[in-house]
Amino acid sequence: MTDKKDENLALDGARPELKADPVARGILAHHGKIERNATLLLVLSLLVVTIGGIVEIAPLFYIESTIEKVEGMRPYSPLELAGRNIYLREGCYNCHSQMIRPFRDETERYGHYSLAAESMYDHPFQWGSKRTGPDLARVGGRYSDEWQVQHLTDPRSVVPESIMPSYGFLLNADLDMKDPAGHLAANRAVGVPYDDAMVENAAADLKAQVNPDGDTSGLLARYPKAVVANFDGNPQRLTEMDALVAYLQMLGTLVDFSVYDPQENQR
Amino acid sequence: MADHKDVDQITGVETTGHSWDGIKELNNPLPRWWLWTFYATIAFALVYSVLYPAWPLVNSATSGLLGWSSRGELAEETATANAARAGQIEQITSLSVEEINADPELRTVAIAGGRAAFKVNCVQCHGSGAEGGPGYPNLNDDAWLWGGSLDAIHTTLQHGIRFASDDDTRISEMPAFGRDGILDREQIGDVAEYVLSFAGNADDKAAADKGQAVFADNCAACHGESGEGVKELGAPALNDAIWLFGGTKDDIVRQVTAPRHGVMPAWEERLGETTVKELTVYVHSLGGGQ
Repeated sequence: MTDKKDENLALDGARPELKADPVARGILAHHGKIERNATLLLVLSLLVVTIGGIVEIAPLFYIESTIEKVEGMRPYSPLELAGRNIYLREGCYNCHSQMIRPFRDETERYGHYSLAAESMYDHPFQWGSKRTGPDLARVGGRYSDEWQVQHLTDPRSVVPESIMPSYGFLLNADLDMKDPAGHLAANRAVGVPYDDAMVENAAADLKAQVNPDGDTSGLLARYPKAVVANFDGNPQRLTEMDALVAYLQMLGTLVDFSVYDPQENQR
Repeated sequence: MADHKDVDQITGVETTGHSWDGIKELNNPLPRWWLWTFYATIAFALVYSVLYPAWPLVNSATSGLLGWSSRGELAEETATANAARAGQIEQITSLSVEEINADPELRTVAIAGGRAAFKVNCVQCHGSGAEGGPGYPNLNDDAWLWGGSLDAIHTTLQHGIRFASDDDTRISEMPAFGRDGILDREQIGDVAEYVLSFAGNADDKAAADKGQAVFADNCAACHGESGEGVKELGAPALNDAIWLFGGTKDDIVRQVTAPRHGVMPAWEERLGETTVKELTVYVHSLGGGQ
């Protein structure tokens, strides 16, 4: 870097040709001030980054094409939410994406491409970009509960070429969701539309979803299409396997595609 | 800045006029190929942002002169693929599975389509060669739980088995004779022995004889007098060597005590009418079709 004396000299007339050049006198000369003032450099850098951020990010919050109108989306039931937490804890997202891209090979294999609305209650979303295993965005209802449990316990017993680890220990782990209402309330705080009744009944709904013989009218009124079953095959215990399978069995099943107009949402 | 006339003695190149501890920086121009590539990327970006969706505006983003969209491209691609076999799709959709199977040309098409769909959707349970596994039936043999005719296979594929969210699903439930206390342990052991005797596998003749009465009272209604099975009820034949949940005495005792019930998803809603018909013809062709 030129030392200070040199620069001043240059502008003060030792170099008249430099003084005459408007570019040198204008921007470039003043840029020297920024380079010499760390605070000013920081403030102006922040300003530039902010402008970039506003132009790139802000429109996503208001332009119509990012927000689709779909029928059928609802927040996760407490059991599904517990299962989702286990999905995150076990790092399932490291190998499984939940994003069917709009390519023919993907829609032929996995079903309708994923919609933005389908992950609007996900905090954080599970789109992922790594597929060691298959995409799970529409795995719900694709296999029986028994298959899911068997596959999680011993993947190679049903898919010989699988390299998935075994998650059989989930069968022996009691589901420990200490404060279901708190989980719902936390999600509500970040924008998931859980209403008061949902938060109040969280603990009861958690248990109701694994008991097909019990009264599930309240649960199904609050969470339409919720799958009620004794997922892990053991009615005596509410295990982490119950929660995880409940979550897997609802993935991608909520949106009512009979009233979805792909033409209108083409982009 | 080209104002400096300070020229380096050794190389004859102008310097930038900057010096660090007496070391000066040569003011070599940027390589021309690099500079032009850089200008080209700027030009490309400008053209691209006009042709393709790019700039956010008040209510939406610019859609680009080409009108391209990823979903539109998918729709086009799918339409092209479907148009290429439009006649076949139409025929398969409109004809019954029997009619498809009777037409050699359509049958070939349906089997090819069915094989592809099978590889994607069915192998996870039924195995890559449709050989099945414990709890998942082999589709190559001629033992069928719910029937092996084209129509029966079609119905099973359309609505699934014990698939709760389909109203027309096939459903049946074997009582838990042991868990619910309908039979005691000894009776269950006897009846298991009797069931094994159908295929000549009973070790304990006396127990098998005692089991005969238990079978007639409790099992024959669904599984048939001689264990031949009743397909309308999804009650498997017990007089062959084919077992869904294992054929040892222990396996049979376990199944009578607290039965496991297989669940198969309904596929028509997920895969559509045409693909399910193709799958039907394919599964029927595997060897056991009736």
